[in-house]
Amino acid sequence: MLNRLGDFIGELRAAGIPVSMSEHVDAARALGVIDLGDRELLRATLAATLVKDGDHLPVFNAAFDVFFSVRSLASIEEELDETSTDKRSAANSSGPGRSRGQGAGGAGELSAGELAELLFRAMLAGDLEAMRFGAREAVARYAGMEPGRPVGGTYYLYRTLRNLDVEALERRLFEAARLEPGELAERLARDDARVRVEQLKAALEREIRERLVEDRGAEALAKSVRKPLPEDLDVMHANREEMAQLERALRPLSRKLAVRLARKRRHRRRGPVDLRHTVRRSLSTGGVPIDLRFKPPRPAKPEIFVVADVSGSVASFARFTLHLVHAISSQFSKVRSFVFVDGLDEVTHLFEVAEDPADAVARINAEADVVAFDGHSDYGRALTTFHERYAPSLTKRSTVLILGDARNNYHQAHAELLAALRYRAKAVYWLNPEPTGYWNSGDSIVAQYAPYCDRVVECRTLRQLEAFVGELA
Amino acid sequence: MSALDPREELAKRLGLEEIPPVRFQSPDEVQKLLAANDYLGDEAIASVTFLADRLAKPVLVEGPAGTGKTALAKAVADSIGARLIRLQCYEGLDETKALYEWNYRKQLLRIQAGRPEGTGAEEWHHLEEDIFAEEFMLTRPLLEAISASDPVVLLIDEVDRVELETEALMLEILSEYQVSIPELGTIRAKQIPMVFLTSNNTRELSEALKRRCLYLYVGYPSIERERDIILLRVPGVSSALAAQIAQVVRSLRAIDLKKAPSVAETLDWARTLVVLGREEIGDEETAATLHILLKYQSDIERARKELLGRARPVA
Repeated sequence: MLNRLGDFIGELRAAGIPVSMSEHVDAARALGVIDLGDRELLRATLAATLVKDGDHLPVFNAAFDVFFSVRSLASIEEELDETSTDKRSAANSSGPGRSRGQGAGGAGELSAGELAELLFRAMLAGDLEAMRFGAREAVARYAGMEPGRPVGGTYYLYRTLRNLDVEALERRLFEAARLEPGELAERLARDDARVRVEQLKAALEREIRERLVEDRGAEALAKSVRKPLPEDLDVMHANREEMAQLERALRPLSRKLAVRLARKRRHRRRGPVDLRHTVRRSLSTGGVPIDLRFKPPRPAKPEIFVVADVSGSVASFARFTLHLVHAISSQFSKVRSFVFVDGLDEVTHLFEVAEDPADAVARINAEADVVAFDGHSDYGRALTTFHERYAPSLTKRSTVLILGDARNNYHQAHAELLAALRYRAKAVYWLNPEPTGYWNSGDSIVAQYAPYCDRVVECRTLRQLEAFVGELA
Repeated sequence: MSALDPREELAKRLGLEEIPPVRFQSPDEVQKLLAANDYLGDEAIASVTFLADRLAKPVLVEGPAGTGKTALAKAVADSIGARLIRLQCYEGLDETKALYEWNYRKQLLRIQAGRPEGTGAEEWHHLEEDIFAEEFMLTRPLLEAISASDPVVLLIDEVDRVELETEALMLEILSEYQVSIPELGTIRAKQIPMVFLTSNNTRELSEALKRRCLYLYVGYPSIERERDIILLRVPGVSSALAAQIAQVVRSLRAIDLKKAPSVAETLDWARTLVVLGREEIGDEETAATLHILLKYQSDIERARKELLGRARPVA
């Protein structure tokens, strides 16, 4: 068991969850006081000792299901009480075998219609046990799993779902749950059907994972199903599901950042001694000024000009950055935002009227006038427009952030204008969402602009973005 | 295995005469005890509470506001018949409010009262020893929990509100169950208290703090558990209504809102519906009472549009 724990922790670390040595020891100790046969208790125990961040729990759960699958746990238990009664180990070893036999035999006994009916009844009643049984049948019948293939099982899940015709199941559930008229009842029934289908999917996925673990072993499978933590996802190459994850991660992230910066600002440096306050406090200690009081510090807040490329390839990165910067706009004396493709437009007013930065970001695409010609990024033209219209408002307190991959589609660079902007402003930073290795390849011209920037930063994940914006304020 | 037992080890280190008895036999027992004190915990909550006792470690409870983090500590205290000592954290909390403080005024009085007798150096030495005694100390929650001889549960509420530096004050208590006071020496715990820390996750807590704690994430309850919580906490609610309320709240939480309704708000809503004498909820009732569940105007409008299929002006 301890070996398996070691392997499991290795997998967690590989997935990016920091697990310290003392946490490893805690987990090992905790295993000594619990009943190892109870899988959910084991899950809770390991989660409590190894994972110290709620956002990491999904990654933990995925790894747990792979490393401590129901079947492998049965074999561990067997190993543990080899000396105990024959009856128990016999029951354990026949457990998985029997269920497999049932799966194969059951597929012959149940017709496709019967299986669908069984699943429908199980889902309607919310009977997880029956749902699991049905899932086992369905996977045996439909997934068509081929041993030895290095896959994570997404395809098998898709094939099973298609053969089961889940849309029809969801519709039936919806019809069955919808008893009363009214908008609310309809919506509730729809949500209910959706949740039950999700439960079925989870049961199927679990069954497929279990079979894959049997086939290829936990370590190999863990590698195929490993997912990065939300803050480590590559923003430019995120798929739709990952994008939704990023959106969800952004709001708490920006809130945390705002709180941290506000505190840092208040506690960064102490102002001069506040004599009046100190004397007032000293009255309670007989006129001896034991407790010095200071005036609150008033450091100057920077002005931020964000100039973001919102052409297809880097649009999502620009949206995240704009959201983040505006979410902490109270840390700056002024934030002005500009977006461009080959034309440039100011979008500050969108953020001023919207209550929530996310709403404003959503409106940028519809309302900003950024395409002047063919809709391919043209950094030179964007810089020209920015320099013409807004350079006079830059002062020695303004910081300019340029967001983009500097892929200029072989247009003119106009780097001299960036130099002019740098001369007027306090600092110019360039955030590039591409990995450093890709810079200056093809039509990327980072090197032409870099000499006039204070820093060019690679910013591919939310973690990097948060770190940079945190430094800025 | 016994050499490894954390409780035994800690008891020895603290110099306790005997190892304090185990509070819970199994996670199931925890669940039953909590339920008897009007707290319905899920399996994870019960398991972690059980572990906290067995491993003699503090529990860091994290999760959205209003999901019963503080209530958990109260329910645990009630179920083991212990006194709850609560330290409410806030920005600017320091050791004089969390640990202990010398009572300046009383010390001053003592010095002034002693003055006529003598002024020699020896006198002063004697006096100094005297005024730094426990008599002149004001104990604050953390020290109180350590020095208590009756069973206590220590609750450090909203620990994410203190600054990173202040967190360090708690580290010694959390890992060693002792407090070092320069003038007095080290005060060790007379028993092993259960410790709960809660956090609303407004900032990252330090690694050092997290490492010393067991971690428990309390999210929104499942629909079945929420229904049971409503039935338990709201008198006069029918089970059909409770189920319906739980369903509506689940759908609301699935919508992208600024502030999703918490369990506490769900209970408020259930109470309101009971007071209004509703047996079931239709479109009208929901539209009229949505402001109890949601606290932002934009959220209310969005929920109205999503759930009821239309946006209507608020009356």
